[in-house]
Amino acid sequence: MRVTVDGSKCHGHQMCAIAAPTVFGSDDYGNAVVLADPVPDVQQAAARRAEANCPERAITIEEDPLP
Amino acid sequence: MTPDGSPTDWLSDYDIFDPQFVRDPYPVMSAIRESSCPVAHSDRWGGSWMPTRYDDVVAAAQEYDIFTSRNIIVVPPPTGQVEGAYAGVAAPPITSDPPEHHWHRRIILPTFAPQAVAKYEDGTRALCNRLIDDFIDAGEADAAADYAQQIPVRVIAAMLGVPLEMADEFTSWVRGVLEIGLTDPKVRLESRMKILGFFRAQLDDRKANPREDDLITDLLNTQIDGRPVPEDYVMGVCNLMLVAGIDTTWSAIGSSLWHLAQHPAHRRQLREEPEIWPTALEELLRAYSPVTMARIVDRDTDFRGCPIHAGDRVLMSFPAANRDPRQFENPDEVILDREHNRHVAFGSGIHRCAGSNLARLELRVALQTWLQRIPDFELVDATAVTWAGGQVRGPRRCVVRFATA
Repeated sequence: MRVTVDGSKCHGHQMCAIAAPTVFGSDDYGNAVVLADPVPDVQQAAARRAEANCPERAITIEEDPLP
Repeated sequence: MTPDGSPTDWLSDYDIFDPQFVRDPYPVMSAIRESSCPVAHSDRWGGSWMPTRYDDVVAAAQEYDIFTSRNIIVVPPPTGQVEGAYAGVAAPPITSDPPEHHWHRRIILPTFAPQAVAKYEDGTRALCNRLIDDFIDAGEADAAADYAQQIPVRVIAAMLGVPLEMADEFTSWVRGVLEIGLTDPKVRLESRMKILGFFRAQLDDRKANPREDDLITDLLNTQIDGRPVPEDYVMGVCNLMLVAGIDTTWSAIGSSLWHLAQHPAHRRQLREEPEIWPTALEELLRAYSPVTMARIVDRDTDFRGCPIHAGDRVLMSFPAANRDPRQFENPDEVILDREHNRHVAFGSGIHRCAGSNLARLELRVALQTWLQRIPDFELVDATAVTWAGGQVRGPRRCVVRFATA
């Protein structure tokens, strides 16, 4: 799984880091940064929750292709 | 209109200061949201529009060039007083529009980043414990006045490096601007003058005696484009931190305790499943969002079929947006482990509450400390709970009882 944050949409709500603290963090200004990309298997559910909790819809998740 | 002045047709005559609306605004918000005209209009208090659907509130917040922040208070200033800034001092960045908004905000964001506010956690917890020490043996306390109200004012005062013993005065000034002053322009003006006078003296003191590790000193020394930032900007930031940082967070803490007092299952859930805390806090913020901002329309525009005119005021009802069933399943139910929660309690777009990380920290520490010391409690009299409303909603008296050790 790959995750990206669109910096032009992110306004620093930090709700991604609340939902998935090992996948998303904060830069000096409180805006989201990706900490783990690709996302380890055990964190993928949390990363999906982060996407579903971003009020700015700034997160894009790219799921792994089916084997 | 009823004989006591309350609206009878809330869809075209809503009154955000009506006691019934203040006590329980959600049925009215829902009625407007599900009507054929979910962007309501009312002539009361100078007139305003009120979008109630999540998508509409968010769209207005994103279109900052039309829905400007020249003033974020819905009631217009009295005749003869200018909009927005008073004596040259506004409340940047909340009252700023682009392009200035960008640097107005960028300067203060690092102060409020999660990693920066973490240093206030231990002090906040000690403060919460001290407050609880004062009433825990009585078996009864006002969760709003004795606890919630006492926390943010002291955290903000510590952050600003201003005297903590003035907490009661700060609280009364802030209520004078945001609560009583919303419907009483004289009180609003007096309170603003007191705040400005106080910070003018604080700035003068910092210029004469710069301090180490001090926010006001640092702000005065900040440069933008090679020049020191204007002093009115520093005054404005101090003004904002005091006015926006106190009764908003106090309202969120108070509403959450009011909810927990009535929901023993939720208290148990937080105790038995501590891993849900982060999600639970977001859910309480969604369900009891305290803050409704206002915008001033820049130019005539059609908004969802409504002819909105330049100069009109728009209420940004984040509380209504956060209860929209189009966005949230069972929106009126508090579901502490809610999976999907794109709530906008802190707004949306470029004006996202700059202090949101601090507010969350205070809410978490206040609730965790309370539940640790007072795991079970209940309202003494649900009908005796009083609320402040308008643009910041939360309990002002909320007496609870609990077993003593």
